Amino acid sequence: MRRTAFEMVHRAQLGHPGGDFSAIDAMATLYFGVMNYDVRRPNWEDRDRFIMSKGHATGALYTALCGAGYFPEDWLQTYMQPHSKLNGHPNRNYLPGVETNTGPLGHGFPVAVGIAIAGQLRGASYRTFVLTGDGEQQEGSNWEAAMVAGHRKLANLTLIIDRNRLQQGAGTEETSGLDPLDQKYAAFGWDVEMIDGHDHAALLATLGRAPGNKPRCVIANTVKGKGVSFMENQASWHHGVPNDAQFAQAMKELV
Amino acid sequence: MAHAAPAAQGWNDCRNAWVATLEALAEKDPRIVAVVNDSVGSSKLNSFQKKFPDRLINVGIAEQVMVGVGAGLANGGRVPFVSAASCFITGRALEQVKADIAYANFNVKLVGQSSGIAYGELGATHHSIEDFAWLRPLANLVVIAPADAWETAEAVKWAAGYEGPVYLRLSRMPVPDLQVADRVFRMGRAEVVCQGDDLTIIASGTTVHLAVQAAEALALEGIAARVLNMATLNPLDEEALHQAAETGAIVTVEEASIRGGLGGAVAEFTAANRPVPVERVGFPGFMPTGSVEFLFKEFGLSSEGIAAAAKRALARKRA
Repeated sequence: MRRTAFEMVHRAQLGHPGGDFSAIDAMATLYFGVMNYDVRRPNWEDRDRFIMSKGHATGALYTALCGAGYFPEDWLQTYMQPHSKLNGHPNRNYLPGVETNTGPLGHGFPVAVGIAIAGQLRGASYRTFVLTGDGEQQEGSNWEAAMVAGHRKLANLTLIIDRNRLQQGAGTEETSGLDPLDQKYAAFGWDVEMIDGHDHAALLATLGRAPGNKPRCVIANTVKGKGVSFMENQASWHHGVPNDAQFAQAMKELV
Repeated sequence: MAHAAPAAQGWNDCRNAWVATLEALAEKDPRIVAVVNDSVGSSKLNSFQKKFPDRLINVGIAEQVMVGVGAGLANGGRVPFVSAASCFITGRALEQVKADIAYANFNVKLVGQSSGIAYGELGATHHSIEDFAWLRPLANLVVIAPADAWETAEAVKWAAGYEGPVYLRLSRMPVPDLQVADRVFRMGRAEVVCQGDDLTIIASGTTVHLAVQAAEALALEGIAARVLNMATLNPLDEEALHQAAETGAIVTVEEASIRGGLGGAVAEFTAANRPVPVERVGFPGFMPTGSVEFLFKEFGLSSEGIAAAAKRALARKRA
């Protein structure tokens, strides 16, 4: 999946590969190990939902949706080209499998809360998963959403925070510190688990476990640019794009 | 809390029509839910809450999550009516309205309560005179400002049956029922309330009945003013605007900023298609402290003020 996402970014010379690579293991786990969905019925009312709140990570999202079978592989070639269905940020009206339009940070999480409330009202069995960046947690709307979800005990909701500790220009803790993120979510009425966000066994165990009686917050400790030596933990790869030599080197490492 | 003058005989607080209609619709359609920001009372949703306790979702004083939750409920198959003071549901949550509702094109009904300057003395923070200008450019979003209780009920019914995002701009200010024969609510179509060919007065919401009064006063002076109730601001009734331009002079009247709202839309349309004099009646900016009655009179939202604007437009037509 990292190879596919990086091919898209290299071809388009646009994208956010650092954040694609930190989030992609959680997404692989969800789409290919946890979530219940049917690509032939993208609007099936009881499907599990995934919302990419950090909407810039479309390299990861489109790779997952394509891998799941929502659209043909050749569509990936059009990433960010004129009139492409693969916009820089996801649009539900362009692509099946996209649950809501995101891009401005702090939007996906409140929408996920609404989806979870709809499920709770109907006694539906579906689960809702939402992934935010860690820098994204600086947006106040997330804390409105966290409060509502905790208050309503939305056990069918799982928040994954991609804790790579870097935002676009610097570290989260030197910009506007988030720690102790676990205690904050616990205080808001959530079950909190901290895991290695690149450990597929840990991801599967945590994300796959049946809901408890509170919303679940999974703080996935990750590495921005994970998998490529010269990209790892470099804020410049937030929206950095590779030249041909860097692309070739990365493809050698991503096997 | 500011209150408008007590309703005169035959005048209605349109919130009663809104909530009675919503309750009747919710009885039949279990998908309908209401979402509020601690605004149960000001949205008059107390009895809705008693009848449908699970279907009244109060997120607390948190407009961003309120609008986002509306989008999520629509994703989950519900038909949410998200109701809050219009100043907050638009201004505070504008990016959510843009991205989560209009751009994502979710089947969400946004209900702006106590719009315009209904909060009078509470001042500019609580006035919602910018909402037309903020929302009008948003593609997909239907914007409707009903003029009376009947039209409020019809607009709520129409919105519930329409698959897509809608903003209903409601008021708490008592207004009389418009006298129009054989009324049928048609989204996107202006309603001719008075016939006339000397000029056209295009009004919306709480100001339509004032435009009718102005037309009656002008008639006594031999001036035949057409009055249009332009309840739908987006999409605009361009055919009615073409016909209005043919009368050679236009006055717009709205309980909103004259910049970017109904007046702005009409001026844009006529400048691009058929330039005619346009006089805009509305509010020029942040309002001084004062009651609803004071502010309406002070800024010409009155029979006299509208008639005076009509004469200015006619003078420009003849010049």
